[in-house]
Amino acid sequence: MTAAAAELLAVDNLGKRFGGFVALDNISLSVRRGERVGLIGPNGSGKSTLVNCICGTLQNEAGSVTFDGHPLNGASAHQRTRRGLSRTFQLPRPFASLSLADNLRIPLVYTVASRGARQSGQAIEGRCVELLREVGLDAKAKNLPRDLTQVEMRKLELARAMAAEPKLLIADESMAGLTHSEVEEILALLMRLNAQGVTIILIEHIMRAVMSFSQRLVVLVSGRKIADGDPNVVVRDPEVERAYLGQ
Amino acid sequence: MRSDLFLLVCLIVGAAIFGAAFALGNDYYFFAGYVVLQYVVLSTAWNILGGYCGYVNFGSAAFFALGAYSTVAMYKLAPLPIPVLVIIGGIVSGIVGLCMGYLTLRLRGAFFAIATLALAVVLQTFVVNWGFVGGSRGAYIIRPEAIWPFGAYIRYLFLIMMLLAIGAITVARLIERSRLGYGFATIRDDELAAEASGVPTLRLKLIATTISGALMGMAGAPFPYYIGFLQPSSAFGLDYAVNSIAMPLIGGTTSWVGPLIGAILLGSLQQIATVTISSAVNLLIVGLLLVGFVIVAPNGIIGLVHKYIQHRPVGGVGRRRVEADATGHVP
Repeated sequence: MTAAAAELLAVDNLGKRFGGFVALDNISLSVRRGERVGLIGPNGSGKSTLVNCICGTLQNEAGSVTFDGHPLNGASAHQRTRRGLSRTFQLPRPFASLSLADNLRIPLVYTVASRGARQSGQAIEGRCVELLREVGLDAKAKNLPRDLTQVEMRKLELARAMAAEPKLLIADESMAGLTHSEVEEILALLMRLNAQGVTIILIEHIMRAVMSFSQRLVVLVSGRKIADGDPNVVVRDPEVERAYLGQ
Repeated sequence: MRSDLFLLVCLIVGAAIFGAAFALGNDYYFFAGYVVLQYVVLSTAWNILGGYCGYVNFGSAAFFALGAYSTVAMYKLAPLPIPVLVIIGGIVSGIVGLCMGYLTLRLRGAFFAIATLALAVVLQTFVVNWGFVGGSRGAYIIRPEAIWPFGAYIRYLFLIMMLLAIGAITVARLIERSRLGYGFATIRDDELAAEASGVPTLRLKLIATTISGALMGMAGAPFPYYIGFLQPSSAFGLDYAVNSIAMPLIGGTTSWVGPLIGAILLGSLQQIATVTISSAVNLLIVGLLLVGFVIVAPNGIIGLVHKYIQHRPVGGVGRRRVEADATGHVP
């Protein structure tokens, strides 16, 4: 595979401002197919803004995003999802009036079907149950999201992103507020997904999880990328230490 | 129930209602029934955008009036049969709905609601100053006294409104159970998450405003023939805007049944109040009921029924307990 073919996501000199505040300052990032990338940074460093710009929730003012060889500038969020770019939200955003199974039905009927895959109602039903089983929520398929615990809500969020059959999944703080064992559960789930060929960018504050998961670590501080490389090397980078621990 | 079977049942019920009104031999029932059915269409149409998508539209009267005034314009140009006028009214209002959607759907919540209200004001000002359709003076529509085979013309208008109501309910039910309905529900629940799941939210909202606007326009198209004299204040009346919101809210917004129940309940109450007390108390009734429902049952009658079903113990235990209480026995 050539270098260009191996590259799934290319972010070039991305810039985003909110009034006078520079949220992203010339960010460049490249993610290869099948890679597990950790994205860390203190609060307000621009991680979520970067994700929002990559996924189309926000439009970048400078630079470009190329996904799977296609430039994404100007494309709406749903078009990017249909191209294979899925995300979870920092705070789970389930469809509150729909059952768990129906929450997963949405990406199946709107994203997977848009790629030309004809699926019968029964096949969609089956796939919803299969995905819910994969995250351990099949017993609650007919429940509403309000019946779920915090970790179950995170799992539903991941299952919904998986239902879109992504090439790249961006997990935005999927483990926030979870216990040690729950973090392990989510990590195992992400590892399984990666083993199935899905490229994953993990944004997380839990360093233990990031270090065990990531093959590569990218660090943002004040909207700038200050490090990108092997996780064990990056965490010893003096600039990264300064950003996290202070002078 | 399959959609074709549902439509057949609706047609049978509609025929039964028409037959019953016919058998009573008093045309007042057709006059009153027409208004109730008109509200069934309006509230069902409102609910497609307001209930299914969560976008509150205060401009229902504008779409209704567009349908009515397109009939007046056609009456002056070339009088056409009412079913054709209904289609024209639907097309005109649908196009305006689409344009309004394109201009306003980037707004949310109160901002969207205010924009729809502004649309009604703009359109009313336009009509008031458009002499061809009567302007502020109003316009007379001379309707035939009778029409074969129904006899009095109001019976024919009632039948048209009945068919429109059946059509609106069928469309709403079809949407609710389709891919489109699921898409609308995600917009109502969380637009950002919907986009992230691949739902083309803007396109779906445009579809909703177009269908909703078209149905409201269709409800307004026969109105000049019903009222005989159309003026801006009657076509753009506050009653339409308030009722088309209040009826789905009282009935329940998540299903096609809610607006139907709300419209029948409120519409009938208003008709009864008009002949027993005064037509002036109509909006008072709506206001009081709305306040009551918002406090006691924010999810409307349908929400109350769902709550009752969910809390009812299996095997009718709850009912037996109530009976035991009533006879003085310890439950």
